[in-house]
Amino acid sequence: MVRVYVSTIIDAAAENVWARVRDFNALPQWHPGIADSRIENSDPSDRIGCIRHFHTRDGGMIRERLLALSDYDYSCTYSILESPMGVDNYVATLKLTPVTDGARTFAEWSAEFDCAEGRERELTEHIGGGVFQGGFDALKRHFGRR
Amino acid sequence: MLQKVVRSTVIDAPIDRVWAVLRDFNSHDQWHDVVAESRIEGGEAPTQVGCIRSFSLKDGNRIREQLLTLSDTDYRSTYCIVEATVPLQRYVATVTLKPVTDGNRTFWHWESTFATPPGMERELRQMVAEGVYEAGFENLRRHLGRRGDAGGGARGVAAPRGAPIASREIRLRRYGGPEQLEVGAGEAAPPRPGEVRIQQRAIGVNYFDIYLRRGWIPALLPVSESRPGVLGMEAAGTVVDVGEGVGTVLPGDRVAYLGPLPGAYRTVRTVPADWVVRLPAAVEDETAAAMLLKGLTADVLLRDLGRVGPGTRLLVHAAAGGVGLLLCAGARRLGATVFGTVSTESKARVAREHGCQHVIVTANYRFADAVQREAGGADVIVDGLGDAARDENFAALARRGHWISLGQASGALQPISPDWLVQKSATFSRPVVFDYVSTPAQLAERAQRVLDALARGPLPPVERYALDAAAQAHARLESRGSVGALVLLA
Repeated sequence: MVRVYVSTIIDAAAENVWARVRDFNALPQWHPGIADSRIENSDPSDRIGCIRHFHTRDGGMIRERLLALSDYDYSCTYSILESPMGVDNYVATLKLTPVTDGARTFAEWSAEFDCAEGRERELTEHIGGGVFQGGFDALKRHFGRR
Repeated sequence: MLQKVVRSTVIDAPIDRVWAVLRDFNSHDQWHDVVAESRIEGGEAPTQVGCIRSFSLKDGNRIREQLLTLSDTDYRSTYCIVEATVPLQRYVATVTLKPVTDGNRTFWHWESTFATPPGMERELRQMVAEGVYEAGFENLRRHLGRRGDAGGGARGVAAPRGAPIASREIRLRRYGGPEQLEVGAGEAAPPRPGEVRIQQRAIGVNYFDIYLRRGWIPALLPVSESRPGVLGMEAAGTVVDVGEGVGTVLPGDRVAYLGPLPGAYRTVRTVPADWVVRLPAAVEDETAAAMLLKGLTADVLLRDLGRVGPGTRLLVHAAAGGVGLLLCAGARRLGATVFGTVSTESKARVAREHGCQHVIVTANYRFADAVQREAGGADVIVDGLGDAARDENFAALARRGHWISLGQASGALQPISPDWLVQKSATFSRPVVFDYVSTPAQLAERAQRVLDALARGPLPPVERYALDAAAQAHARLESRGSVGALVLLA
């Protein structure tokens, strides 16, 4: 099992950051690596079990299932059903926590998965450094601009 | 109704450094302004889940709190109030740290639930949130920012990041006597990833340094006219700066180190962070530099090799030396019967003061008769004498005894044959201490035990020399005139 963990501080109140990332169908609106997204079977995007079907900017197709969503904990957990990355048993969580000392947000994004031996490092860098940190950097830019 | 308070902040330091303070259930009087005094009841360790700390607050209140959870994997500590002069009822609090990977900082979350007498909810919520948690955030920031002051000495030198710092060093161009040691000007390179640069204040002198100076271990310290070597295995001082990826110490931390590579006889040195341990306030730089390697040596000898316990008959040579005194005191604490050899009456007095019950004053390596007569032989011999006392040590050994050759001040031991050892069913070993602290975890565990013992005392006497007078310190140690440990002051 490989574990990836990335965290950052975003200069905005947690409720505002949550409003931007809560929608399971909204990745293209805030993550620069995602081209488009839809929810299969026209389910609401906050119904547990719904599946998002999206493409990355480099053309890869990914299907992910919403496993948990908490407006109380500001957290969202999902698994990968289908992807070109070559990962199995992939479960990830994005979680926000208010920093009471200043209207800031502590954001964590973590994943656990299995993969072919020897690919751990490459996948850790792609997922942690590319996907997660890339998303955080976009959020920091967005909230830093206001 | 149960009250809930949550406060959180971001500390600009790596998580392991912040956790080192917060995991210590007995540390608050060192950094939190509201706490005047803290102690753990019943002499338990502050890492003992279930232990109780007793706080006296500066405002006169008293609080007793019990540790319910301590997790080094989750960076979490949960505790509750068991008794207090403030009306906080059913108070349970949790401190959690999380790493901010983006910037190597720390997110600190502190929350609690509690009940109060009617009408006091608001007042007590505010006291906990602001007076304890928010004030604690600020106090810890200040604590981490001023660590260099704790030692009472000069602050570390400031240097532009990435630039070398000038360092005075004691050089050896040719193996030989103390006169070969000369003062020179060098520099300490900026720390690379995983390294720390230390402004040293005290440097330990060990008999091992003399072996290196004489050229007995040239592989470890090659020297030449153009590339002089620098002696010294241990020192203490203040961290100037740290390389990338170092999470355990910060600039300004008081630290000591020991390492398997010589080079400590200088004012500023850059070393791997794995060698370094932080010093508690109760242990001074001089003590740490003088005693860390000697203390670890004694720890390895007593616990791992000698397996010294109640009734063990231990024979310590050079019993008034640095390692010797630590061995005498440590062995007595473990319930052993301690024999020691010294060369003079005044050394005999110091050895007795440190727990050596049977002191043998001898200038010509005669001690076996006395040990055999008093106790029927020694179960464990710690031998730094070497070849001149070879036969005498064997004669002093009890059956099934363990002869540990730690040094050979009088010259290298002639080979020991198995047929000789079998006459006493004896064990012979020739340990290198660094092999017992070769991982950071092993070093941390042993060093903690040694530092705790040093903080408790009694401390062996320490003779101090200026760094530039290293040659005099060596001459003194070789003359067998010194008592206790020697340090060089940078």
